[in-house]
Amino acid sequence: MLLTVENLSVSYGNIKALHGISFEVDQGEIVCIIGANGAGKSTTLRAISRMIPAETGSRILFQGEDLLEYPADKVVTDLGISHVPEGRRLFENLTINENLKLAAFARSDEDGIAADRERVFSIFPRLKERINQKAGTLSGGEQQMLAVGRAMMSARKLMLLDEPSMGLAPLLMMDVFSALKDINDEGTTILLVEQNARMALQFAQRGYVLETGLLVLEGPSQELLEDPEVKKAYLGG
Amino acid sequence: MEFFFQQLINALQLGSFYALIAIGYSMVYGVLLLFNFAHGDVFMVGAYIGFFVSSALLGLNIFGALALPLSVTLSLVLVLTLIISMALNSIVGMLVERIGYRPLRDAPRASAAITGLMIGIILETGNLAILGPQRRSFPELIQSATINIAGVSFTNKKILIVFISILLTLALHQFVRHTKWGMAMRAMAYDYVVVPLMGISTNKIALMTFALGSALAAAAGILYGVAYPVLDPNMGILFGWKAFVAAILGGRGSILGAGLAGFLLGFIEIFVATIFPSTMRNLIAFGIILIILTFRPHGFFGEPFSAQLRL
Ligand SMILES: Nc1ncnc2c1ncn2[C@@H]1O[C@H](COP(=O)(O)OP(=O)(O)OP(=O)(O)O)[C@@H](O)[C@H]1O
Ligand SMILES: [Mg+2]
Repeated sequence: MLLTVENLSVSYGNIKALHGISFEVDQGEIVCIIGANGAGKSTTLRAISRMIPAETGSRILFQGEDLLEYPADKVVTDLGISHVPEGRRLFENLTINENLKLAAFARSDEDGIAADRERVFSIFPRLKERINQKAGTLSGGEQQMLAVGRAMMSARKLMLLDEPSMGLAPLLMMDVFSALKDINDEGTTILLVEQNARMALQFAQRGYVLETGLLVLEGPSQELLEDPEVKKAYLGG
Repeated sequence: MEFFFQQLINALQLGSFYALIAIGYSMVYGVLLLFNFAHGDVFMVGAYIGFFVSSALLGLNIFGALALPLSVTLSLVLVLTLIISMALNSIVGMLVERIGYRPLRDAPRASAAITGLMIGIILETGNLAILGPQRRSFPELIQSATINIAGVSFTNKKILIVFISILLTLALHQFVRHTKWGMAMRAMAYDYVVVPLMGISTNKIALMTFALGSALAAAAGILYGVAYPVLDPNMGILFGWKAFVAAILGGRGSILGAGLAGFLLGFIEIFVATIFPSTMRNLIAFGIILIILTFRPHGFFGEPFSAQLRL
């Protein structure tokens, strides 16, 4: 297993957002976690990227290493996990070029950086055209491309994606997901959380269903797509 | 006319100190959303470090006994004093960050602000306790000379002070605009929560921000010693407050803004003092600044920042 999450619990003050969830992601997979507003999807990703502390008793293993020993910046640089946060969170005061450079801040393999840049531009040619434009002036779709491009520059083993479909027109959404498929084909494992369950399940091989901090269902995407409960609750009947 | 130009260079000189100190305030405020109220005293410490470094290089004061056989020229002493003291004072700044502020990174901002005030008092009284209450006279690092430009005479010291401070301001501005470290500082000013997701340690960026600000404060301290060669442990208080005002006036995190506002403050003070009795100098000068802030509450050039401060 590439990533093993066991009994993960997270609280914000008195509010318990995750009640001891467990799941796994294998090397090369695309796995999705679907759930409604406030289910704890973003919280799960934040705990893996160490943006928020996990409660004692939680265990996260990445390639056999205890991930919870690593601070957030080392999760990126030492473990190779990138996180595209909810709402993209680009540095809107910096240009596309600067955002991409910043994502490679801790890397010193100049050749690797140059190759990754080329990959980003070949997957998202639009970014190259606008390379010196401030991120804050990009359209929503371009911002999502830059957010994914930034993650490609920072780490390549596992990419955590928080609602990449948010705010995108259907056609653009297909573009972004097909780019993600390319990235996955090149060896980056993907863990995706989505409210858009149909899109996520069509894209991922396996899925988990998160309900108010508990995983209630799991299985291959096809099974979940056909599951009556899932259909009723997440796919609009 | 002669008088006007004299006052102009006086204003630029005073503004030089404010500008160099204000930049440190502004950077820390920009990157860490923190008012580092110890910064005026870090300027004072920088001046004292400059005093000891230059004394050592010249074999003066307590270093007389060492009688270092250094036959270096005064201008080399000045340059070395600047470089060594800036390096040493940046260590002081990093210690302030590491010991004083880092444990309070997630604490309410008010706790961090009073920590700054306390660190300032510790630096002042620590200086008093270790070095005693007598004032120190800064060694003469520049032989005074008068330069005649277009019929107006200026002292070489003033010109050099203004030149060095503008040079350092521009150098830092370039650093922040064009290096990857500077880019990380601007990113952190915009949205510090996401910076670790880029694989960047915010602690490192915080340390660097304090180091740069403190290095500039040391330069201000040394130039201050060159201009008015008397140092005392409380010299940083009023200068610190005024530079803080300049930092706010310049706009959050803007280096050029802080620099320009520092010079503006120098102008207002000097020209107010030539027109009004000197007792009214600060009253009128700060009255003017209050009026400016009413119209530009965010200062002149503030860096934009994200409204979402959590992930
Ligand atoms: N910073 C925070 N402080 C307090 N409570 C929070 C915080 N962030 C999230 N929560 C709470 O934790 C729970 C899970 O939130 P989370 O953001 O993980 O949900 P989500 O599944 O990502 O929802 P959405 O689809 O709306 O993004 C919610 O009840 C939310 O209100
Ligand atoms: Mg969410």
